[in-house]
Amino acid sequence: MATQHSRAAARLMISPAVGVLLIWMIVPLAMTLWFSFQQYNLLYPDRTGFAGWDNYRYFVTDFRFGAAIRNTLVLVLGVLAITTIGGILLALLLDQPFRGQGIVRLLVLAPFFVMPTVSALVWKNMFMNPVNGFFGHIAQAFGAQAGFDFLGQAPLMSVIIMVAWQWLPFATLILLTALQSLDREQIEAAEMDGAGAWSRFVYIVLPHMTRAITVVILIQTIFLLSVYAEILVTTNGGPGTASLNLPFLVYLASIVDNDVGMGAAGGVIAIILANIVAFFLMRAIGKNLET
Amino acid sequence: MARAVSARRSLLTGILAWTIGLVIFFPILWIVVLSFKSEGDAIAAPLAMLRAPWTFEAYAEVQERSDYFKHFWNSVVISVGSTLIGLLIAIPAAWAMAFVPGRRTKDLLMWMLSTKMMPAAGVLVPMYLIFRDFGLLDTLAGLVGVLTLINLPIIVWMLYTYFKEIPGEILEACRMDGADLKREILYILAPMAVPGIASTLLLNVILAWNEAFWTLRLTASDAAPLTAFIASYSSPEGLFYAKLSAASVMAIAPILILGWFSQKQLVRGLTFGAVK
Amino acid sequence: MGKITLRNVQKRFGEVAVIPEIDLDIDEGEFVVFVGPSGCGKSTLLRLIAGLEDVSGGVIQIDGVDATTLPPAKRGLAMVFQSYALYPHMSVRRNIAFPLKMAGLPPDEIARKVDAAAKVLNLSAYIDRRPGQLSGGQRQRVAIGRAIVREPKAFLFDEPLSNLDAALRVNMRLEISELHQTLKTTMVYVTHDQVEAMTMADKIVVLNAGRVEQVGSPLELYRTPRNVFVAGFIGSPKMNLIEGAAAAAEGAATIGIRPEHLDISSNAGTWAGTVGISEHLGSDTFLHVHSDHGTLNVRAGGEVGLRHGDRVWLTPQADKLHRFDAKGARII
Repeated sequence: MATQHSRAAARLMISPAVGVLLIWMIVPLAMTLWFSFQQYNLLYPDRTGFAGWDNYRYFVTDFRFGAAIRNTLVLVLGVLAITTIGGILLALLLDQPFRGQGIVRLLVLAPFFVMPTVSALVWKNMFMNPVNGFFGHIAQAFGAQAGFDFLGQAPLMSVIIMVAWQWLPFATLILLTALQSLDREQIEAAEMDGAGAWSRFVYIVLPHMTRAITVVILIQTIFLLSVYAEILVTTNGGPGTASLNLPFLVYLASIVDNDVGMGAAGGVIAIILANIVAFFLMRAIGKNLET
Repeated sequence: MARAVSARRSLLTGILAWTIGLVIFFPILWIVVLSFKSEGDAIAAPLAMLRAPWTFEAYAEVQERSDYFKHFWNSVVISVGSTLIGLLIAIPAAWAMAFVPGRRTKDLLMWMLSTKMMPAAGVLVPMYLIFRDFGLLDTLAGLVGVLTLINLPIIVWMLYTYFKEIPGEILEACRMDGADLKREILYILAPMAVPGIASTLLLNVILAWNEAFWTLRLTASDAAPLTAFIASYSSPEGLFYAKLSAASVMAIAPILILGWFSQKQLVRGLTFGAVK
Repeated sequence: MGKITLRNVQKRFGEVAVIPEIDLDIDEGEFVVFVGPSGCGKSTLLRLIAGLEDVSGGVIQIDGVDATTLPPAKRGLAMVFQSYALYPHMSVRRNIAFPLKMAGLPPDEIARKVDAAAKVLNLSAYIDRRPGQLSGGQRQRVAIGRAIVREPKAFLFDEPLSNLDAALRVNMRLEISELHQTLKTTMVYVTHDQVEAMTMADKIVVLNAGRVEQVGSPLELYRTPRNVFVAGFIGSPKMNLIEGAAAAAEGAATIGIRPEHLDISSNAGTWAGTVGISEHLGSDTFLHVHSDHGTLNVRAGGEVGLRHGDRVWLTPQADKLHRFDAKGARII
């Protein structure tokens, strides 16, 4: 169906999208790279010029950097573990026939639509507050003075719980969709071949879901590497550096400390980190494009 | 599946699933309850709180004291505006890639996707400076622009997967039937593409509504959407549980309802068609 | 009306020549079938005629007018697609009316023509349903209805029956033939099924790797295949093709003999063999006989008394023997 005429028209139709995305990709990226090699602090406007690798050195040797990297990894891996394993189990459960299946599905899905700032504030105040929060009240009902101070004592864990609550529905929904596309005859064939429930799960169900699991992990990783709002409204990265992650450190350096150069250097590091994951995600999605 | 599952097993699965479902949904349910209590009752112990009288006080106050509707309106403008502009740019592109695929179509799609992988923190600095220098900070226009760019790859991808499902033979048939390009789009393509476009619109409104990096960093008050408005409660004001709950309920309710309607499309959109 | 002429028509996709060069004449009112194995270029050829693909070289004339660069809609042809290509969001009525609406006919005339077509095709009861609510056979008839209302110069069919089950396929085959008898319009029909070709065609065009192997009436091809390819492709069950000593004895590289042209005897004959599988069809029995020249398919009567393992002798009817040279061409 492709004729010369339609090819030219197609190019014309694609060009606006390509154009704006090209600008969106190149301009900020080039600026980030440029600033990362410049002395540029909004507080000291007279100090400018080429900084070499200084910004990177300052960022990496900043006392907060080690914590930020560690927290970023713990946050990503913690949420991934909870959502992936929980998602598989929930998907298996929701795939069974029972009364009100559709309603339960909606209930499980709901947290995904809650905006991050609302979710963070609700968890912080209504649930994790040691005095007036839900858990605090429960603890007091059992005779304790006050409940566990989640955000003070285990800030990173608390952020992980909030974020996991938001992403568990996502993992569940996608894994459930994948599960439902499994050919029932395959399961029946395996049953005829004498496979028990566990064997069916390991040899038939799990392999069928592998791609969906991969996609869930990779997409979540992309988003989890940039968790920001939840930290901003709950712990502000603290106490100390206990819940500080890489995007938050970039924000602190560039906006709060006004050190544009150093923030840009942190940004470049964040981009490199995200690109490592993106590389694998793109391969997983690209494979799908063939079929 | 034409096999009778024992009634007992189905009952047990049901109880387990309902319990888990309610636990996951509980925080949302809880703020709905809190939002209908007075400020004093809202911080009481759960049982006492539940027994306290119901009231619309908190909703009334949220509207009175803050410009709740200004922020609500900002959210609407930003999410719907960015989605519509995104569709305007993406529909022709996705159409061309789906129906006149070239050798580089696949590479182009992958490249578009890769722009979505750029972490926001990575370009925070230049975006902030660009916005400052062009006077875009705290303007709706600026945010609409950024969110359009952020979600454009997802919009193109979703539309592409929907358009791809329209069989090429149908378009050929309609050309044999004597339709020119204009009528081909008007009579065949548009009606067949509308469901896909609607789903794309829905999902992107949801994503833009809940976007919480740029909306927080690039606004102060005038253009602040609900994400930023709610974030302002993180100050000691957050101790006003009933008002915070009421504001939260109003912020999430519309999107929750839209989201429930679009769960199928959600999967496709969020996995870039990798899981359907 | 409805004479289609192809001269030196070529089609290349990049470096690959799908159709190196073809000359073909389709006469008015003829039912022409393009047949060949998958990938032989038969669908591409049909799409070139339809105008859905641009030719890489050569000329296509429709009724003496050069149509090579005309867009599909301007060629006055109607096409029935393999997937039917019905518009899913339109009712049967609107599907059939669509080409007329595109042609700008007044609504009352459209209604009259659609009703007439629906009646001919037994679609009146479903006229307000959508394609999704119809069975395969009904969808097929809607697709045909959409084609006939236009009163085209010629109909193009692209494997229209391949998505139907066996029983329905036989029915639709008859319906299409019937339609051709009624309308007397040129029809060009693509299929990979040689039974469809044999039963429907006035003229068969056998294609292989983008080349025309032979053009002729079904019986011509059946009786005098021009080469080994046509001999093996046309006819069911297939013609027995034998190489080696038996062929050399006839002064050929390959000899061919159809199952019904082998006489079978339990005591004497040219080639000896043992009976393998027998397929009983009631009216006929097809015996697979294992001989020194390979397994030969033999048609015997319905009441044949031979069993698996029986020793038999086969004798080809001399005047029905086909001889081919080393290049596969028929020796006259």
